[in-house]
Amino acid sequence: MTTGVVIPAKAGIQSSTLYEKVWNAHAIAQGPGGRTLLYIDRHLLHDGSFHSFSALKASGRKVRRPDAAFATPDHYAPTRGRDDIKDAELRDKVETLGANAGGARIQLFPIGDDRQGIVHVIGPEQGITQPGVTLVCGDSHTSTHGAFGALAFGIGASEVAHVLATQTLWQTPSKTMRVTVQGALAAGVYSKDIILALIAKIGAFGGTGYALEYAGESIRALSMEARMTICNMSIEAGARCGMIAPDDTTYEFLAGRPYSPKGADWDRALVRWRALPSDTGARFDREVTLDAKSLEPMATWGTSPEHGTGVSGRVPDPAREPDATRRASMEKALRYMDLAPGQPLEGLAIDRVFIGSCTNSRLEDLRAAAAVVRGHKAKVPALVVPGSGLVKKAAEAEGLDRVFIEAGFDWRDAGCSMCVGMNGDLVAAGERCASTSNRNFEGRQGKGARTHLMSPAMAAAAAVTGKISDVRKLL
Amino acid sequence: MTPFTRLDAVAVPLDIVNVDTDRIVPARFLRQPRSAGYENFLFRDLRESDPDFVLDREAYRGAQVLVAAQNFGCGSSREAAVWALAGSGLRAWIAPSFGDIFFENSFKNGVLAIVLPHDRVVALRGQLARNPGARVAIDLPAQAVTFPDGTVERFDIDPFRKECLVAGIDEIDLTLRHLDQIEGYEARQRAETPWLAAPR
Repeated sequence: MTTGVVIPAKAGIQSSTLYEKVWNAHAIAQGPGGRTLLYIDRHLLHDGSFHSFSALKASGRKVRRPDAAFATPDHYAPTRGRDDIKDAELRDKVETLGANAGGARIQLFPIGDDRQGIVHVIGPEQGITQPGVTLVCGDSHTSTHGAFGALAFGIGASEVAHVLATQTLWQTPSKTMRVTVQGALAAGVYSKDIILALIAKIGAFGGTGYALEYAGESIRALSMEARMTICNMSIEAGARCGMIAPDDTTYEFLAGRPYSPKGADWDRALVRWRALPSDTGARFDREVTLDAKSLEPMATWGTSPEHGTGVSGRVPDPAREPDATRRASMEKALRYMDLAPGQPLEGLAIDRVFIGSCTNSRLEDLRAAAAVVRGHKAKVPALVVPGSGLVKKAAEAEGLDRVFIEAGFDWRDAGCSMCVGMNGDLVAAGERCASTSNRNFEGRQGKGARTHLMSPAMAAAAAVTGKISDVRKLL
Repeated sequence: MTPFTRLDAVAVPLDIVNVDTDRIVPARFLRQPRSAGYENFLFRDLRESDPDFVLDREAYRGAQVLVAAQNFGCGSSREAAVWALAGSGLRAWIAPSFGDIFFENSFKNGVLAIVLPHDRVVALRGQLARNPGARVAIDLPAQAVTFPDGTVERFDIDPFRKECLVAGIDEIDLTLRHLDQIEGYEARQRAETPWLAAPR
């Protein structure tokens, strides 16, 4: 579907990156100053999208491609008592999405339908997310879908209204950065640790202005679920999107999904998808490497995802930070987190555990957590929120719910839940939460809440020991 | 949208890196309709914990320019962060870098987001901290910022964004001028990847 409007090849180089290929296939017009009008193949909507529907209605415009949009309540979806939502504001948000989707003839996966869940979990689960498509959603973690070789990024409410009305977006091409991860992961180390280590290395704005592509043998060896965890947190490094070239792992995942191509279309799709990976000679604007072998389980100590360290590490000393603004911000983070420079992370007492979010709520995540929990009891309140109704069902079919419930964990229904607390699942002020989510921002999980990001296995270890623990010692 | 051309106004320095949009508007307020006035929620928790928060200091009252540190507006895509800042009277922000989605959202709401080199922004914040209430002049057509000490810094801006700001253009109208190209793509999609276009 190449048109005349393309990212120019770099001087003397005919090869293209995955990002450039998908971009060029969707570039339909050129605006002034290098702006490109990109066609958007897939649009995901959720219960926080009401502002955009209001804006569209106010302008008297209609949804151009209802068949290209998919909606599900997740941010405001309660994780229990869903048959009769008592909180009038939550009920209103869930019902408003239903009314907006219904009014525009957009496919809705409502509460009560097994296909409901976190928008970034259900897109791939339904086969809506596919290699080579452009996919957007009014949520920054839309970068998740890049794991399939899709060009996927989060947008604001005005851009959501623009996509609803035109099925396009004006964009400026990003620079490209390849992150090559080599070496096998040690036992107890997961893709969450790869991405937390990368963000600690390049910083929370190390990826700003770049489209990331994750490559290397460690990435190739990962399942789709593990790849999604990595792409999901690209935004925490400042990159709007993070992509992984599709391969047989991708195709096996997608085969037979409800919205995946079928029969002869599947064969046609495979031919197109196999042409997507970056060409051998493709040049990236920046190259970063990460050695997976040397990684240990990660945890964050501060209030930015870049504040991460191996579990055997210590809280850094702001006095060693030369930049005054950064130093002051680190000091502020330590005050908020009630931590002292030099304090070890391992052994730090925690008050609560959250296993869920678009980062880590898929079946494989729940399996990894359950493997640690089995035969133990939770020492602190612990919440498990599957990413979708289908994930929940699959987990129950293999008895994971029993493992969690017998250990004293709370087993809930699907939604964003305590990652952002918009549905009322909150961490209390001053409480320290071991969380599998993506952001440890001040107040993210509730006013005054202190978040330590880590993998599902590490969060499970924290739950059964009551403190930040090295999961490798429990395996 | 109010057109943006020139602005000469009090500027307020915010000396914190990685200010995320959760901090600008905590998530619990996002259930409010826009008519609730998001400026009422601006930096709510930060302000409660810091009675001397810079935006509340008398000397910076009426500020229309915010001068921030690296990665301002990172994190969540919530456009409410821009509504809250703009609703409080700010019309432009200057930083060494911004969260990508926040940057985009700024222009969609008629706000000018300016990227200047790190050392220049540090110098500007220093001048504003030493002389609270000092003014900054922004000339969008000339793409120039005049610091309180008279230094003039040029900035880059995508001509498309500039045109939209200066004229107060509704971008959707502009896009719909490309209807032929949109329909052309859709025809190709039906032919080449029908599984992405199949009627349901």
